[in-house]
Amino acid sequence: MSEQSTISPRVGQEHFVADPALTPLAVVDKVDETERPTNLWRDAWHDVRRRPMFWFSAVLILLVLVIAAFPGLFTKTDPMFCDLSKSLGDPAAGHPFGFDRQGCDVYSRVIYGARASITVGLVTTIAVVLIGGIVGALAGFYGGWFDSVLSRMTDIFFAIPLVLAAIVVGQVFREGGVWRVIAVLAVFGWPQVARITRGAVMSVKNNDFITAAKSLGVSRGQALLKHVVPNAIAPVIVVATVSLGTFIVAEATLSFLGLGLPGSVLSWGAEISKAQVSLRTQPMILFYPSAALALTVLSFIMMGDVVRDALDPKARKR
Amino acid sequence: MVRYLGRRVLQLIPVFVGATLLIYAMVFAMPGDPIAAMGGDRGLSPAVAEQIRAQYNLDKPFFVQYLLFLKGIFTLDFGVSFSGQPIMEVVAAAYPVTLKLALMALVIETVFGVFFGLIAGLRKGKFFDASLLFVSLIVIAAPTFVIGFLMQFLVGVKWQLLPATVGTDHSVKALLMPAIVLGAVSFAYVLRLTRTSVAENLSADHVRTATAKGLPRSRVVSVHVLRNSLIPVVTYLGADLGALMGGAIVTESIFNIKGVGGTLYGAIIRGEPATVVSFVTILVIVYLIGNLIVDLLYAVLDPRIRYV
Repeated sequence: MSEQSTISPRVGQEHFVADPALTPLAVVDKVDETERPTNLWRDAWHDVRRRPMFWFSAVLILLVLVIAAFPGLFTKTDPMFCDLSKSLGDPAAGHPFGFDRQGCDVYSRVIYGARASITVGLVTTIAVVLIGGIVGALAGFYGGWFDSVLSRMTDIFFAIPLVLAAIVVGQVFREGGVWRVIAVLAVFGWPQVARITRGAVMSVKNNDFITAAKSLGVSRGQALLKHVVPNAIAPVIVVATVSLGTFIVAEATLSFLGLGLPGSVLSWGAEISKAQVSLRTQPMILFYPSAALALTVLSFIMMGDVVRDALDPKARKR
Repeated sequence: MVRYLGRRVLQLIPVFVGATLLIYAMVFAMPGDPIAAMGGDRGLSPAVAEQIRAQYNLDKPFFVQYLLFLKGIFTLDFGVSFSGQPIMEVVAAAYPVTLKLALMALVIETVFGVFFGLIAGLRKGKFFDASLLFVSLIVIAAPTFVIGFLMQFLVGVKWQLLPATVGTDHSVKALLMPAIVLGAVSFAYVLRLTRTSVAENLSADHVRTATAKGLPRSRVVSVHVLRNSLIPVVTYLGADLGALMGGAIVTESIFNIKGVGGTLYGAIIRGEPATVVSFVTILVIVYLIGNLIVDLLYAVLDPRIRYV
């Protein structure tokens, strides 16, 4: 049964050795050494795929992306074709959401409006992660006066409210459509990412494995790129997912104020803004684009939540 | 403490100068010539235009204008707007309303956010927690102006519980609905922050100690859990006051409030650089002071932090 102890027991002290199958050691024995070593990302994926919220938001995000890319698949009605005789008309066959004040089909306008919102959200987020990520990583990694300068710069852009800055910039550059809105949101949206990245890099850079890499002769730049950044990127991904949603809302807010996308571009923000006039007679026209916008933002925020829980080992333990 | 305060104030200076310079440069770059626009279709005679330009310092180089403007801020003289009104008067008319609105929103979001966040955190994973989280997600996902329209339509027009627009009546009752709309998104963030923080603190060692030494649960929750959980919330609230005042522009346009947002929007559209810059500067100052107060509040909330 039990192995023979190499130490002979003293007189009167018989050795009791428990059956290994009954000890906590059994767990250690069960570890399959041939299995590939896990890492944060595989753990996270393992965690995430069992959560219904992940699949719910993933399916929604995928659906919105497909709608934005190929709106023609979802409606055959031309969103620009409007018939004034149908102004504020109730839903009819082939027009499930009814007609707006101009007599345009609300359903097809909601479908075609997805592209502008998604483009603004995606491109702004990529830009913000690039600017904020680079600034934050450099500030956090190199520290000292370099950090002070970059941090104060971050503070400057952080101190100016986003909507106000967007209004002023909107007055300066009147041309440019979607790209102007993206530029405004990116220029004043990066400080948050920069702060998060800086904090993450600072907490990673003093770890033993960084010291080990450096003592093996890895240069500072290599250490930052190959060792620090991959280990600090998790919180950045989370904040990026959530801000994607907030940028979509910001675009809608700007379009609502008449400073966002030009009237020729279909967007949910502009549709909501227009529907406001007919709120008291036909509230459903306001409802559909708002619901589309809210669902999209909701799915990105939920995705951010799920990813945060999965990437945070502290939260997983509990 | 005094040394820490001094260092923090010194740190504010580059941020203040940078932010105002940035805004000034952007406003300076605004297209169109407001002086030419003043003359209408006929146009001003060159001599008059020159004189007006000199009156508003518009004939001087950019940096001289900026320095004159900075001097004006520290002497509390913001100059005169193009319509001839001292900007200080415009500020005095607009700011109190927005400040009242923002403070009301701040109180609403703090009281309800912390209260519901605490309950959700104490019951993490239960049905009540899940439904609160879902509500907060919807509030964050729906744009403020949609919430505003819906509230105005339902509460103001359909059920007539509160006035639908504000106009010149700046009483608490009239501002209640706009304040709720303005604070809605922040309420959701405060709720989520408090919830996460409370849930985390519940399993902290000092809370287990407090329970183990026999303190009643109400005292454990109120003193040992809540006080520690409030630290991230206070950080958020400090930054939020500035954001609320700057973000009030949407709420003010929905409910027809003559506050900072409306005045500022008009000034931007008319191209009045001095008014725009003065308003934004005050917003930046509010934001910076809010953050400073938060840093000092840390010491009160967290005895581990001592400033030397």
